[in-house]
Amino acid sequence: MKRLHLLRVGVLAYVGLLVALPVGSVFFRAFEHGVGVAWDSITTTDGVHALWLTLLTVLIAVPADAIFGVGVALILARHRFRGAFLLDALVDIPLAISPVIVGLSLVLVYGETGWFGRVLAGWGIQVIFSLPGIVMASAVVALPYVVREVLPVLEEIGTEQEEAAGTLGAGKFAVFRRITLPSIRGGFAYGVTLTTARVLGEFGAVAIVSGNIEGRTQTLTLFIQSSVDNLNPASAYAGAVVLAVIAILILGVLQRSRSERRWSWRSAPAESLSTLDPPLLSTM
Amino acid sequence: MTYLSLLVLLPLAAVVENAFKGGWSGFWTAVTEPEGVAALELTVICSVLVAIVNSIAGLAIAWVLVRDRFVGKRVVSAIIDLPFALPTIVAGLTLLSLYGAQSPFGVNIADTRIGICVALAFVTLPFCVRSVQPVLAEMDKESEEAAASLGASPPVVVRRVVLPSVAPAMLAGAGLAFARALGEFGSVVLISGNLPFKTEVASSWIYSLSQSGQLPAAAAVSTVLVATALVVLLAMGAVRRRFDLDRTR
Repeated sequence: MKRLHLLRVGVLAYVGLLVALPVGSVFFRAFEHGVGVAWDSITTTDGVHALWLTLLTVLIAVPADAIFGVGVALILARHRFRGAFLLDALVDIPLAISPVIVGLSLVLVYGETGWFGRVLAGWGIQVIFSLPGIVMASAVVALPYVVREVLPVLEEIGTEQEEAAGTLGAGKFAVFRRITLPSIRGGFAYGVTLTTARVLGEFGAVAIVSGNIEGRTQTLTLFIQSSVDNLNPASAYAGAVVLAVIAILILGVLQRSRSERRWSWRSAPAESLSTLDPPLLSTM
Repeated sequence: MTYLSLLVLLPLAAVVENAFKGGWSGFWTAVTEPEGVAALELTVICSVLVAIVNSIAGLAIAWVLVRDRFVGKRVVSAIIDLPFALPTIVAGLTLLSLYGAQSPFGVNIADTRIGICVALAFVTLPFCVRSVQPVLAEMDKESEEAAASLGASPPVVVRRVVLPSVAPAMLAGAGLAFARALGEFGSVVLISGNLPFKTEVASSWIYSLSQSGQLPAAAAVSTVLVATALVVLLAMGAVRRRFDLDRTR
């Protein structure tokens, strides 16, 4: 079994050197000169503002994507229409293209010289280089997650219960609130968690759209980058630790809900077992 | 539907429209700009390299996670997903802190092409592991053991027994990794240094074009990048279907 041992060591070394050690080293660097220094370098005016902007973006973009996600999943699961496959494919586009291109595409439509630029300017609305643009860019890159988590659940539970409730006199909204919503809760929560992770950490799309104005349109990820560029590593490491801690927490939540779901799958019929892992894959 | 059109459909149409604003010749000039060609070449080469290396590493990791038993396996499994949850810019910073100018190991891969490949390997690792893992988990151990007991050496077992059944999944993982690597930006910007002709990747090039106001040129390069990713993903899908056909035959 010596060979097996060698393979195990090799695998651990690869994962360790590539992922575990680097992430550990950021924590080390951040607290190298004590917790106080780390705290001071993130609580600067720009740092706090970046943190706020990131939170604000999450608070707007995540609910928007969540509502859209459930809506599209309902349409795809409950209605048959021509072009359904097209809608299905469209939803995945943000996963396949570079975030930089997402940002660029928004600038081309909503920017000063973009398609709607003049109209929007006439109404006094500035999208690019301000909050709406940042929210839109974040919403686009995180768009597919809720759809991809909720859709399979909707397809699996079928429509029997909803129809039964309907024949018993429940209105459309009551059916949705009492029957559909409770049954998709698990997948929905999973999807929203993924969406949050993505919105929190988005960089490329936001970098193009926001203009990266310190203290105004700088999110936490942009704050980290400009801190590195301005040779202010203490702030960069402190900001990175904030995001890394949130990422690890999110990972913990996902892992827990995934093992719960796996448990429920185990009691499900055998053929559904083949769909065990793809949900996570499709989200990456 | 309006939401989708406003956020995805219209903006993408705008990219294509802007790419051809100056007609075919404008598109061609923008795409064949030497700095851009160098960036595209570098991106494609690094992405292919990383997809290949990570597919092999991913198979090994998945195999160890499925077949091997050791203390702390669950921790390793959680670490595999970390690059997915971690913001890309944080990923870049973590690599820079360990392998950059102030590396405690004395290795400095900042501003090099190796640095780019390491960053791409970091962000694409979960794809390559998680695509193969469920297939391995479903395969029974017996066929591997039977082959070994009949005198097949481990390399032969891998080649004759393991590879044929995981190859489609490996390809799928490699395709996803390649597509992701092609458009990667956040994790690469810090470690690559964005030196034109040397370590500038395609998304950095698009970024700098759009920052300097050359939007049609940026749109043209974007179109090429998206087209490349689509072609590769479609080709991978076709190859995979061939595999499946061969297996059922």
